[in-house]
Amino acid sequence: MKILVPISVVPDTTSKIAFTDGETKFNEDGIQWIVNPYDEWYALVRALEITEKDGGTVTVVSVGDATAEPVIRKALALGANDAVRIDVKPTESYVVAKELANYAKGQGFDMILLGKETINYNGSEVGGMLAEFLNLPYISLASKLEVNGGVATLERGIEGGSEILEVKMPFVASASKGMAEQRIPNMRGIMAARTKPLTVVPASNVAAKTATVKYILPAPKSSVKLVAADNVDELVRLLHEEAKAI
Amino acid sequence: MSVLIFVDTKNGEIKKSALEAVQYGSKVAAQLGGQAVALTLNAKEASVLGSVGASKVLNVTDASINASDPQKVVEAIVKAANTVGAKVVVFANDSTAKAVAPRLSARSGAGLVTNVTSLPDTSNGFVVSKNVFSGKAHALVNILSDEKVLCILSNSFPVVKSAGTAPVETFSVDVSAINSGITVKEVKGMGTGGAVPLPEAELVVSAGRGLKGPENWGMVEEMATILGATTACSRPVADIGWRPHHEHVGQTGVAIRPNLYIAIGISGAIQHLAGVNGSKVIVVINKDPEAPFFKAADYGIVGDAFEVVPKLNEAFRKFKQANG
Repeated sequence: MKILVPISVVPDTTSKIAFTDGETKFNEDGIQWIVNPYDEWYALVRALEITEKDGGTVTVVSVGDATAEPVIRKALALGANDAVRIDVKPTESYVVAKELANYAKGQGFDMILLGKETINYNGSEVGGMLAEFLNLPYISLASKLEVNGGVATLERGIEGGSEILEVKMPFVASASKGMAEQRIPNMRGIMAARTKPLTVVPASNVAAKTATVKYILPAPKSSVKLVAADNVDELVRLLHEEAKAI
Repeated sequence: MSVLIFVDTKNGEIKKSALEAVQYGSKVAAQLGGQAVALTLNAKEASVLGSVGASKVLNVTDASINASDPQKVVEAIVKAANTVGAKVVVFANDSTAKAVAPRLSARSGAGLVTNVTSLPDTSNGFVVSKNVFSGKAHALVNILSDEKVLCILSNSFPVVKSAGTAPVETFSVDVSAINSGITVKEVKGMGTGGAVPLPEAELVVSAGRGLKGPENWGMVEEMATILGATTACSRPVADIGWRPHHEHVGQTGVAIRPNLYIAIGISGAIQHLAGVNGSKVIVVINKDPEAPFFKAADYGIVGDAFEVVPKLNEAFRKFKQANG
């Protein structure tokens, strides 16, 4: 079994969200970069569990410049066999998906697993695009994945429920909470990661379909209006008359 | 230029988020000087889409074309877009759109923007606003390609219905050549008991560890029933199994943006706020006055949930009786 796990490098979940250069760029000062949690906790860990049980290899691939490498090493420390960095700064989903597809094409991956979205841009776009570029089936928002021979069974989240699907390999799936449990890399993994192969491949210079013009922070919330615990009628009145929420 | 709006259905019923998308699409069509055409999958009463601005509905009746098999849906959309001459395709930003819209974008070389929260500004390009950083910021994104795909964030555009109806045509697409190898084995409802699914809910009542145990959720469910709200919970509560996972709102759970979010016994960790900060009005009930959630709230009560909530339920009930 040959599994590919595309990973994104994102700011830590507790990062301060601020912008610079006339609000056109994310302010990276003091930001801790991590593997996108959906890619790491769910997609990568599940891929590792499957290959630990059935044999095979897990390759992680990331679209990014050299600054992404320490974060990519973290995925190697967790147990991925090798890593690939496609050498271009990721600007938008179409570019990322096309670069990933150009790399993955013809490599014979049985399964491509990635997170359901990145925690910074929340697009949920790359997986479906990648599947289309590779002409593979795509199962989005999968919370369970079991493999049996050449067939996988997945549970996919839909509004107010879920559906159980079967799909033949190869396929692309996006992972959501429930697919696996977060792992912490151990010292042996961290040491081993230093010598695992991290190959840099040139980008194919895909033209972007979208461009971010500007970022806007929401206006700060005015301070909370406190209502006494023995005056709940006042809260109901405020919700009705002032907030018009009920 | 015409705009095509993709409308998913659940057992033939049109979802509320789809009405929002059609209305949005009709406004974009008006901006571009074209028609808004809706493409529905097995819709029972598709003509009602005229009341939210569709000038025509193309209804696909082949049941094999459904959201579980995105490749077939993409085929139908591409054919419909060609038929009506649409370069802009609009979706509600739901689980179906997440499976279908990216494929469509890759297939037709269309710039895709998801989580859209504004109508396009066409004065200099085609710029829409989208939620990023889990709602902690907006980005203004210009779509550079002629073909465009937009996924509209739920509860961003209130639906205003008119009296109109739209003509419905049956639309056939040949998908016999598509073999994606996906088989649906089972569809599980998660017992929301007819309540509105969380991402579409306008009123949400949510509780966390402050409730001390799953046996204490009765009063939360009671509040939801009185208000016609959907119940939700914080991550720790779902993780320890007090509540089902599909109720978990937050960064790793469901992101919601209801009109009213009532949080009971939830401290308001940054990851929780990321999933609910799009709510228009936030009410926090917590016995700890230092709970960070109060900083993100519009209204708050510092008090013990076990005392406050039953009283509040009584007050809501009185209000509902007086106001229908």
